[in-house]
Amino acid sequence: MGPRERPQFTTMASYILRRVLQGLLVLLAVSFVCFCLFRYTGDPVLMLAGKYATQEEREMVRHAYGLDQPTHIQYIKFLGGALKGEFGKSYVSQVDALDTILERFPATFELALVAILISFAVGVGMGIVVSIWPKGCVSRILMSGSLLGISIPTFLTGILLVMLCSVYLEILPAFGRGDTVQLGPWRTGLLTLDGLKHIILPALTLSSYQLAVMMRLTRAGMREVMGEEYIKTAWAKGLSPAKVILKHALRNVLIPVVTIAGLSFGELIAFSIVTETIFQWPGMGNLLLTSIFETDQPIIVTYIMLTSCIILFINILVDLLYAVLNPKIRYN
Amino acid sequence: MSIDDKNVILEIDGLQTYFYSSEGVAKAVDGASFSLSKGKVLGVVGESGCGKSVTAQSVMRLVPSPPGKIVGGRIMFDGKDLTKLSMAEMRHVRGDRISMIFQEPMTSLNPVFTIGDQLSEMFMLHRGMSRKDALDASVEMLARVQIPAPRARAREYPHQLSGGMRQRAMIAMALSCEPEILIADEPTTALDVTVQAQILDLIIKLKEDFGTAVEMITHDLGVIAETADSVVVMYAGRVVEQADTVELFENTLHPYTRGLLDSTPILGRRTAGKFEKLNEIKGMVPSLYSLPKGCKFQERCPKAMPICSEREPQLTEINDSHAVRCWLHIPH
Ligand SMILES: Nc1ncnc2c1ncn2[C@@H]1O[C@H](COP(=O)(O)OP(=O)(O)OP(=O)(O)O)[C@@H](O)[C@H]1O
Ligand code: SF4
Ligand SMILES: [Mg+2]
Repeated sequence: MGPRERPQFTTMASYILRRVLQGLLVLLAVSFVCFCLFRYTGDPVLMLAGKYATQEEREMVRHAYGLDQPTHIQYIKFLGGALKGEFGKSYVSQVDALDTILERFPATFELALVAILISFAVGVGMGIVVSIWPKGCVSRILMSGSLLGISIPTFLTGILLVMLCSVYLEILPAFGRGDTVQLGPWRTGLLTLDGLKHIILPALTLSSYQLAVMMRLTRAGMREVMGEEYIKTAWAKGLSPAKVILKHALRNVLIPVVTIAGLSFGELIAFSIVTETIFQWPGMGNLLLTSIFETDQPIIVTYIMLTSCIILFINILVDLLYAVLNPKIRYN
Repeated sequence: MSIDDKNVILEIDGLQTYFYSSEGVAKAVDGASFSLSKGKVLGVVGESGCGKSVTAQSVMRLVPSPPGKIVGGRIMFDGKDLTKLSMAEMRHVRGDRISMIFQEPMTSLNPVFTIGDQLSEMFMLHRGMSRKDALDASVEMLARVQIPAPRARAREYPHQLSGGMRQRAMIAMALSCEPEILIADEPTTALDVTVQAQILDLIIKLKEDFGTAVEMITHDLGVIAETADSVVVMYAGRVVEQADTVELFENTLHPYTRGLLDSTPILGRRTAGKFEKLNEIKGMVPSLYSLPKGCKFQERCPKAMPICSEREPQLTEINDSHAVRCWLHIPH
């Protein structure tokens, strides 16, 4: 994924409005897919009434849940429910699907947040080092390392980290979220030492790919920007290398990097499934995997709808951020 | 023009700046010598690739390295050889005592910082001013380069200004610390004709105010005629003719300078005394990787003689204010 061409727009507001409308269209499409998933994979009647229900009992359930109505009516009903956040109850636990997922949301969100912060801070830092001393020993190691980071599958990274830090060195826990604190509706693991210890390995695992990407993006950006005329101007002013690189060059490099980081945050939330499974992280991804095994469609559907919303929301937020960072967009 | 003249502020002596690449060594500047006098404008003229910019970059110690390197000669400024200074010492010279403006006003200001920020940096760096004082000084400086509504402009970003305004801002920045020397590398080439004249006038006016010596790099003899007190003509990294401006135009000695004049509209006609067709210099600038033995201009010279391909002529004084590197004018 490279930095995207940004459309020119007259005012920020109309642009945002357009993005929101686009987002709604996408959501509509997603909801249709979800509906099909809900309706046509596995027989919901069978799930609802149980394997041993009689024919009459099944018909009763079919009627009670409106499953005997025409498809388009069912879809409209489904949409209406979705708008109100009603996706039905989990087939397995009989608890409201959205509530079940939202309860798991903080764990996933915090994991993705720490992962993106690690990949941004460390990735940009390494990218700078590699671009300043391209021939150095450290740079060569980092560049090869970044190739590994991009190509090693997540589960392998996770297992290697667990073996090194938990089994061999015995310094970091390998499973679960550790101690948490309830802050209103939000259960956080970031405020306890135990919670922080628990998040390190899964966050590193989840960040490894993005970290390598950030590093390579920063390096490519630095290479390009350091050859720009305004960098010559900065040197000609008598500025120190630190000022030239960390102020004049980096600010320009960071515009696309921050954009990519923001966009990948949504992806990290959505694709933390593998990491959560390896580390028994009590997040949405873990729940999704269990639900897939149990064909718990309401949970699956809610998960897909929710993550779609989150990703769209983040994308719009990132567009705003991009405009804030880039004065050209801000005034055009 | 003599070297021990106490008005001399910068003296370049036998400068050699080479670029090393897989194709070989490009001797971009090879034995160039000339000097700048206090408060005077020295024009440096020559076709593209003759080493004008590299000479200027050498003075600022901004030659990109690798691949470039100053391999010989001296650049005497204030009793010190600039080629021998450490980078830390050089930073006190750059911007503060020797400033530079570049050809491209569109790209030589940093797009993500305001004009005010970029000017303030000079005052904070070299004058130790606070941010607020520096901004006031910047606004004052913007007023001096005749930018209307300077306080409002200081809050704007480079892309909000026209090319001419940006070049004014660059001039303001370069002159903000009242440097002893201003190197202007084709400051008007990228601008509209009408704006060109204004910018040149501005540079000349400020030079008078500040008593700054100016090295005016250009490939346009018209600019030289309007601004320079004396002229250096460069070819293939060497000085081939050097004279006071009037002397150069009235008593052109080097066939290359003659060619430049004849290919310049208006000037060429005026100096030729009658209306003639504009004549481009025939042939191409020779490759720096395969310069001929003897006079480097021989392949394009209409007056070449046998000796020209055997021995290279040296820059030789013809009279007090005129030196030339051509066998036509050197006894042999
Ligand atoms: N960064 C570089 N790497 C390699 N060679 C270079 C570099 N910069 C300059 N040169 C070489 O030095 C020669 C002189 O370049 P220079 O920029 O001084 O020319 P110039 O006289 O300023 O021309 P112009 O009018 O086009 O600006 C060029 O022909 C080129 O071969
Ligand atoms: S030395 Fe010879 S070739 Fe060179 S410019 Fe003079 S006459 Fe021409
Ligand atoms: Mg040049």
